[in-house]
This record gives sequence, C-alpha cells and structure tokens, in this order.
Amino acid sequence: MTEVVARTWDYAAAPESRDAVTISPRYELWIDGEWSAPEAGEYFPTVDPSSEQELAVVAAAGAADIDRAVAAARTAFERGWASDHTGRAHYLYRIARILQTRAREFAVLESLDGGKPIRESRDVDIPLAAAHFFYYAGWADKLEYAFPHGTRTPHGVAAQIIPWNFPLLMLAWKIAPALAAGNTVVLKPAETTPLTALLFCDVVREAGLPAGVVNIITGGGDTGAALVRHPGVEKIAFTGSTEVGREIARAVAGRGTHLTLELGGKAANIVFDDAALDQAIEGIVNGIYFNQGHVCCAGSRLLVQESVQERLIAKLTDRMRRLRVGDPLDKNTDVGAINSRAQLNRISTYVRYGIEDGAEIFQPDCPLPAHGYFHPPTMFTGVTQSHRIAREEIFGPVLAVLSFRTAEEAIAMANNTRYGLSAGVWTEKGSRALAVAQALRAGVIWINTFNKFDPSSPFGGYRESGFGREGGRHGLEPYLQLT
Amino acid sequence: MSRLTVTKTNKLFIDGSFVRSESGHTFTVAGERFPRASRKDVRDAVRAARGGYVRWSALTPYNRGQVLYRLAEMLDARRDQLEAGCTGPEEVDRCIDRVVWYAGWPDKLTQVLGSSNAVAGPFLNYTTAEPMGVVGILAPTEPPLEGPLSRLAAVLAGGNAAVVLAGEASAPAAMVLAEGLATSDLPAGAANLLTGPTQETAKVLAAHLDIDALDLDTAADLERLAELERLAAGGVTRVVRQGATEQSLACVAGFVEHKTVWHPRGI
Repeated sequence: MTEVVARTWDYAAAPESRDAVTISPRYELWIDGEWSAPEAGEYFPTVDPSSEQELAVVAAAGAADIDRAVAAARTAFERGWASDHTGRAHYLYRIARILQTRAREFAVLESLDGGKPIRESRDVDIPLAAAHFFYYAGWADKLEYAFPHGTRTPHGVAAQIIPWNFPLLMLAWKIAPALAAGNTVVLKPAETTPLTALLFCDVVREAGLPAGVVNIITGGGDTGAALVRHPGVEKIAFTGSTEVGREIARAVAGRGTHLTLELGGKAANIVFDDAALDQAIEGIVNGIYFNQGHVCCAGSRLLVQESVQERLIAKLTDRMRRLRVGDPLDKNTDVGAINSRAQLNRISTYVRYGIEDGAEIFQPDCPLPAHGYFHPPTMFTGVTQSHRIAREEIFGPVLAVLSFRTAEEAIAMANNTRYGLSAGVWTEKGSRALAVAQALRAGVIWINTFNKFDPSSPFGGYRESGFGREGGRHGLEPYLQLT
Repeated sequence: MSRLTVTKTNKLFIDGSFVRSESGHTFTVAGERFPRASRKDVRDAVRAARGGYVRWSALTPYNRGQVLYRLAEMLDARRDQLEAGCTGPEEVDRCIDRVVWYAGWPDKLTQVLGSSNAVAGPFLNYTTAEPMGVVGILAPTEPPLEGPLSRLAAVLAGGNAAVVLAGEASAPAAMVLAEGLATSDLPAGAANLLTGPTQETAKVLAAHLDIDALDLDTAADLERLAELERLAAGGVTRVVRQGATEQSLACVAGFVEHKTVWHPRGI
C-alpha cells in the first residue's frame, strides 16, 4: 500500500466582505404586501452561529397574525392570481433575475445567519434558488402541457414550512412551484434562519407582485403548528424532521388538506471494489460534510465493499485531514458553523452514542474557532447496523462506515432503514450501477456522484422520508387539483 | 336418491393459500358462513404481502400485465358465481373490463408518469415510476364486487402487493375473486383478501408500520377516515382516498414512487 503523507498548508484568511448586506435591528411580518408588527408584540433573536452574536430580532407570529396572513393570501388568490398565467410567469422570471442580481447580498446573509460556508451559499444555494424560480416561471403559462388530460386547478392558500439547512433554497423549492401553479402562499422560515426569507420580501416588493400573493411570517414551532392547523389553508408543504412531519399528518387527518412532506433520511453511499476511488472519496466527503452534514439526503452511511475498505479509509482519513473548518465567510472554508447550540448538542450526543456502542472514532486534528458552534468532521468505523449512529438521522458531519461483501448484501443493508430519501452508488460497471439503482428503495439515486440538485430534477422520499416530489414537472403536481 | 352437493368452505386468502381465520370466528351473509378476519390475520396478511411485493415487483412489467389479463380471464370463467355475489351481470362486465383496462398499464406507467430531465450540468437524469410497496385497502363495499376489485386492480397494476379488507357484504363476491386471483399466476402474497367486519381490523392495518400506503373508501364516515389517517401518520404512510367505481390513471399513480437517478456524463 502506498504510504500516505499528510501535509497541511496554512492559508491566509480570505473573508467575504459583510458590506454587501445591511441587516436591520428588527424585522416585522410580511403580510399583504407590507411590513406589519406582530399583534402580541413579541420578538425573538436570531444569531450568527459562528460568533454567537445576535444579528437581529424577528417577529413571533401568533394566531391573529396567522389569520391576517391567510386572509391576505386568500384575497390575493381570489383577485385572479390563478387565472393570469402569463402574469405569473413574468413575475416569477422577475424574481429569478432579481435573485441573480442580488446574489452576493443573499449569499453573505445566508452564511451569516445559518453558518454555512460562503463557497456553498455563493455557488450552490443562491444560484439554485434563482434557477428554481426561472424553471417554474416557464411552467406557469404551460400547465396544460404538464398535465394534458382533464382539468388542473390550484388549491388556493398554501402553508409552507421550511427548515434551517438551506433557507433560501427551500423557500424557492416551496414558493416557485406553488405560485407557478396559481396558488398563493404563507411561508414560515425556520426559527434560526429567518433573515434570507425576510430579505426575499424585498425581492417580492421589487418584482411588484400583487399584495398577499406571498406572505412571510416568522416564529418558532408554535407558529408552524398554528399555521398548519388553520382552517383557511388548503395545501400544506413541509420540509423538516420526520417527527414533526408525523405531527402535521396527525393534525390534518380527516380534513382533506393536501399534504406533502419532505422529511429525514439516513442515506447509504455504496462503494464497490471497482469504483474510481479518488472520485468516490470526493463524493463521500461531499455527501456527508457538505453543509456540515445538515442535509436530509446526506450520505451518512458509507457502505464499503470489504476488499477496498482499508485503501478507501486510508484515502478518506487523509482527505478529511485537509478539510478546513472555520469562519463561514472565509472563501477557503469547507466546513462552517453548526446551525445552533441545540443542534451541536444533538450531534455531540450521537458521537457519544457511537463511542458507547463500540464504534471506532476518527476526527482530524483540526483547530476549531474559540467562539461559535463548531464540530470537527467525524468518521466512525466498525459500525454495525444496530448502532444508533447507523439508524438515526444525526444531521451533522458524522459518517458511519459499514462494510459488505456482495451486492445483494449491500442492497439489503441500504434498504434496512425506515427512511428512503436518497442513496449513492459507486462502481465503474454500468449494469451493476443500474441494477443497484433499481433495487434501492429511495427517491433519489446518485450514481458516481452525490448531492446534486437541479430544478428540473424531481426530489423526494420513500417511506418515512415523506411523500410528494419537489422539482421538475412532478413538483407542480402537489400544487394542483387534477381531474 | 339425489346426490348431496359438495359445499364450499369459505376461507381467507393469505399468501396464496386459503386459510381459516386464526380466531375461528365466522359471520353469515345470506345464510352462508364466511371467515371473520382477526387482527392477527391482518398482521399475517401484511407479512405475506411484503414477500408478495418482492416477487410481484420483480416480474417484468409485461409479465405483470399478462398476469392481470389472466385475472380477467379467470373472472370471466366464473361469471355465474360472480353474478350471484354482486348486483348482476352488468357489474361483472364492468369489473372484468376494468381488469383488462388496468392490465394494459404496467408497461406504460413510466412512459406516462416518468421523465428524462434536462439538468444544468453533464449528467444523465431520469425519473421512473416505481412500485410503492405494500398497500392496505379498506375496500368500498358497494357495489360488492366492483368495490374491492377496482381498488385492488389499480394497486396491482402499479406493481404493489395488497391486503384487502373486503368487509361483510362483499364476502360472497370476494370469495370468488380470491379464487380468480389464486388461478391467475399472481405470486403468492401479492394479493391478500380478508372478509369480516372492519371496525377493528382497519385500525390494525392503518397503524401497521410495514404498509407503505393506505387506500381508503371515500364512502366511510369522516370521523372514521380521520381516525385511520391519524393512525397512518405514525408510519408516514401515504393515504389515498378514491371512490369505488373510479377507473383512472390517478388510481394507479397514487401508488407509485417517483425515483430519480443521476449519472455523470464524461469522456
């Protein structure tokens, strides 16, 4: 075996300027095309997870505010939003173009509020968000081509709740298809990452959307729970934990509300012995350390064929030593800040479980900043299928490595989970790649790549990873009543 | 002296076999005894369906279509018995025609529901319609044959296995249907048919963590639908509500998963 020589270089700090963005000390609710204070007068802080400094206070929407937002969305819906197909297309195109123009502002704000590396918010989150609006803009006046049979009618008011891992991108995944299909929306961003959704209100204003078509209300879990229970809501789209997804499904049981859920995952990333190992290493790293592992489709279970395990782990540990953890705004940073104190605690708990259950831990010797919520890239080897770190979603930079001998065994292990959002397959043999992709019970299969997203590509899960698809023609369907 | 007729013992249809209810209970419709499925029978049927799903979904779509077409043939051969168990010849005609209609879908689903996606990068990207898994069906009981048969045919056309709760009034028709299923080359466990009151068994089925979807009878009262949907939420089980007499692609599409596959393009 080749000896791996670990060398590290010091990089000069290369921080992106914060000047691109102006943060207000206080944010209100965006209802009916204007800012309005929450009736109960309550606000909560949002912090920069890399410094633990407060960035702003944000309104906590209560029942009365939700009533106003849903009513505004209802009125806007009835004012002809659904019938102006060309208008909707043009508004959505405008939003896409404005997001592109203001991309730098959004990227910096996303990294400040959420902790993700600027390289990712600049190169992935914001461009993809704009692309989603551009893609669905083109559907708004072509719905009869998407669903040529029967009739297609928007539901009305869509309540949308999004997570903190890809704040603006998830907003785009929700709002773009909903508006294209002719619905109006009330969207609640995550409690810890509201700022880009609030900046998006200014894009809505700049694009000149009719008042009430897009309403953004901020708050915590209580606000979300009240929103999904509101009787004026015809459609609910939720992305978040399986636990909350279940609660929502229970809450709307029997009501006939249209529901789509995009929930957790515990994806298997399967590496066969004939895989191009260096490419696989990049895919594994991207699969689990992209966005600090705060990714529902993260490749958190690495299944390696026994004959290459030793070689692969040597390469992987070497690669992990080169990951740079630190300031999210630094353009060299690979792994940014964990999104919140609560999430950091959760990750630490799972790391302890991994050790307690008998797996072997590896963490590169990387310096972590003195302040803020940071966690080193972590890998466990010697993991078995019964270990908690192999069964439960950690939502952090923690990889569980398991080994297999045959393809049948790998498929069985990969499918041995309550989840089914994504999976990865690494092999140079085409027939094997296609057969394994077919046998895997997951909604997105990446062969010789991982964590790739595109507005034209349907995304969503099997089993407890939720139901419904976002992206592509399929992503319009949850927002239309088809007959 | 006239010959004594050999009467049929009605049984549940689980895992390709005709079995009595493990509970030993029966109920009566029009003077005839039928097995009353228990909670345990439901659990046994779900386990059988999981195995049946593996066998059924592994067949080629062309093959699945032929098996469904053979089901239509087998039902046609039992017209007299079916007519006796339902509203009459017109219902039987409708049902057989419907099975033929669904028999044409398995090898066309992906062409109609799937897509090739033009992503902004050097990747092949396609979406196919895949079987969802095991579907629990609370069958409409009116019309007695059309209710269970319509729902089952759509679910099977999607490549899924099913556990059908046929209720009480449908029992005579369901028995004949089971015999049609048993002789149509459907793999064991792909379709399981249980008779008897559904008040309790439907709850067991809805809450079962090894079903992927639940097909609810729209004729059931709202309170009951709400209770079953709440139970289904525990496993993030998909819930579909469809009418007894509906024949549409949507009835199949509700029970497929869309799978998207990415592969790089490069020289």
